[in-house]
Amino acid sequence: MINNINKLRQNFPILKREINKKPLVYLDNAASTQRPDCVIEAVSEYEKKCHSNVHRGVHKLSYIATKSYESTRDKVKKYINANDCKEIIFTKGATDSLNLLASSLGETFKSGDEIMVSQMEHHSNIVPWQNICKKNGLNLVMIPIDNNGEIIKEEFNKLLNNKTRLVAISHVSNALGTINPIKEFIDESHKNGSLIVIDGAQAMSHMRVDVKDLDCDFYVFSGHKMFAPTGTGVLFGKKELLEIMPPYQFGGEMILSVNFNQTQYNDIPYKFEAGTPNISGVIGLGAAIDYLEDINIDKIAQYESNLLNYLLEKIIDVPEIKIIGTPRKRSGVVSFLLGDIHPHDIGTIIDKEGVAIRTGHHCAMPIMEFFKIPATARVSIAHYNTKEEIDIFINALYKAKEIFS
Amino acid sequence: MTDLVELYKQVILDHNRSPRNFREISNADKVVEGVNPLCGDKIILYISFDNNMVKQASFKGTGCAISIASSSLMTEEIIGKSKNDCIDLFNKIHIMLTSESSRTNNLGKLNSLSGVREYPSRIKCASLSWHALKSALTTSDTKTSTE
Repeated sequence: MINNINKLRQNFPILKREINKKPLVYLDNAASTQRPDCVIEAVSEYEKKCHSNVHRGVHKLSYIATKSYESTRDKVKKYINANDCKEIIFTKGATDSLNLLASSLGETFKSGDEIMVSQMEHHSNIVPWQNICKKNGLNLVMIPIDNNGEIIKEEFNKLLNNKTRLVAISHVSNALGTINPIKEFIDESHKNGSLIVIDGAQAMSHMRVDVKDLDCDFYVFSGHKMFAPTGTGVLFGKKELLEIMPPYQFGGEMILSVNFNQTQYNDIPYKFEAGTPNISGVIGLGAAIDYLEDINIDKIAQYESNLLNYLLEKIIDVPEIKIIGTPRKRSGVVSFLLGDIHPHDIGTIIDKEGVAIRTGHHCAMPIMEFFKIPATARVSIAHYNTKEEIDIFINALYKAKEIFS
Repeated sequence: MTDLVELYKQVILDHNRSPRNFREISNADKVVEGVNPLCGDKIILYISFDNNMVKQASFKGTGCAISIASSSLMTEEIIGKSKNDCIDLFNKIHIMLTSESSRTNNLGKLNSLSGVREYPSRIKCASLSWHALKSALTTSDTKTSTE
C-alpha cells in the first residue's frame, strides 16, 4: 500500500500549482498522466549533458546517448516481461504503434481476410484497421458490447472464423473503464489460429502487464499515460512475427545497406525505427519505468482500487447522476452524466474549482452511439490522487447542479 | 462563482432550458450542419428566405448550454433580417466573442453571449451556429466545421 501519499505527491511538481486560484485537482489521467521529478530530471540531464544521435557516431557522446536510449529498451522488456529486447519497438505512442501494425501486418493479409475490433475501442484502434481494410479488400468486423459496457464473449466466439486473421482489443476501455478479460480473448483467438493485439494504453500505469503470461502477439502503449514524456510509445511484438513483417517507414537506421537497385533492411527492432528517434523522451520513459518499479505497480493497483471505491461510493450519491458503463471489473475511469447538464458545461464549471476532467466523446464515438448519448464527463484517477481531491470534485458537481437548477 | 454567473447568465440558462425555434423546417431553402469535431457538438440550421430576407430560421441538434443558447438566440434574432444584416451581425458577434476589449456591444439579448470571451475553450461552442449561418448565406456548403 502507498503509505505516505503527501510525500509521493511532492515528486510531482505540477500538483503544487493552482488553477483558477484553487489547488489543481487533476482527474484527467486517462488523457495523460503527470510527470514525476525523476522523469523531468532524466530528460533534462540528457539534454544538458548527453545529447547526440544514437547508433551513428564513434564518438563518446554518441556512445553515451545510444547506451541510455537502449537501456530503456531493456527496462521495458523487463517491465512487461518480454523474452527479448528485440521485441520492443519504440514509437510515438499507442496510436503510432497501431498504425505501424495496421500498415505492416495488414500488408500480409489478403482480400477477404477479416480483422475483428470491439465496439468499445478508441478511434486509434479502429481507424487504422478500417483504412487497411478498405485499401486491401479486407473486412472489418465489430465485436458488440452489452449495456454494462462489456464485450459479449458469446458474440466474440461466434464471430471468430477461419477468415479471422487478427483481433484488436483494448486491455482497459478509456471511455468506460472496463477491464477486459484479455487472457480469455487471447486464448480463444489463438485456438482459432488468429493473431491478437492488445491496446494497453489505459492499463500500463494501473496494473501489472506480463506479455509472456498473457501470450498476446502484440501489446501497445503510450509513454505519456505512464508518467513519461509525450511522443513516446512502445509496440511489443513476438519476435518471429516482427521478423516476417515488412517495414513501416523507410530511411536511416532501418537499413543495413543501400544502393540504387536494392536496400537490405536492418534487423528488428531497428527495421521499424526509421529516422532519428525521440531520444530524450525514450530516456524519460526509462526513468518512468524506474519510478514505477520503485513504488511497485501492485501497490499502485491496491491504492487506486481503494480510491476508486471511494469515488464510486460518493458519486452515486449525487442526485441525477448516471454512470455510463457498469462493468464487473473496472479501472479508475468513470464516465457519467449529471441530469441534463451537458458534459462541457460540467467541465467548465468544475474547472473553476481547479478540477480537471475530460468531457466529450473520448475518441470513442461508437461507444457514444451505442449508449445513444453525444458525450460524457469522465473522471480518471492516478496513484497520486487522494480522497480529499475526490471530495473537492464531488462538491464541484453540486455547484454545477446549483447553477443549472 | 461570480464569473461563472457571467458565463451562465439567466438568458443563456433560459434559452438552454427552452430553446426557441427548436424544430425542423421541412421545406427550408438552406439546411447547414455545423459540427465541432473536438467535442462532437452538432447543430443543424434551417433557413427559408423571402427574396433577400430570412423568413424562417430554426435549428436542431445536440450541444452544451452555450451552443444551444447561442443557436436559439441567433434564430430569434435573424428572422426578418436581410442577408446583409445577418452577415453584419455575424461579424459583430465574431468580434464580441474574440476581441480582448470587454466593451459591451449594442446587440441586445445577444450581449448575453459576451461572457464566453473569458473562456477560450468555449468560444467555439458559442460560434458554432453562427458559422453555420455564414455558410448558409455565403456558400453552397451543407456542412461547416469549427476547425
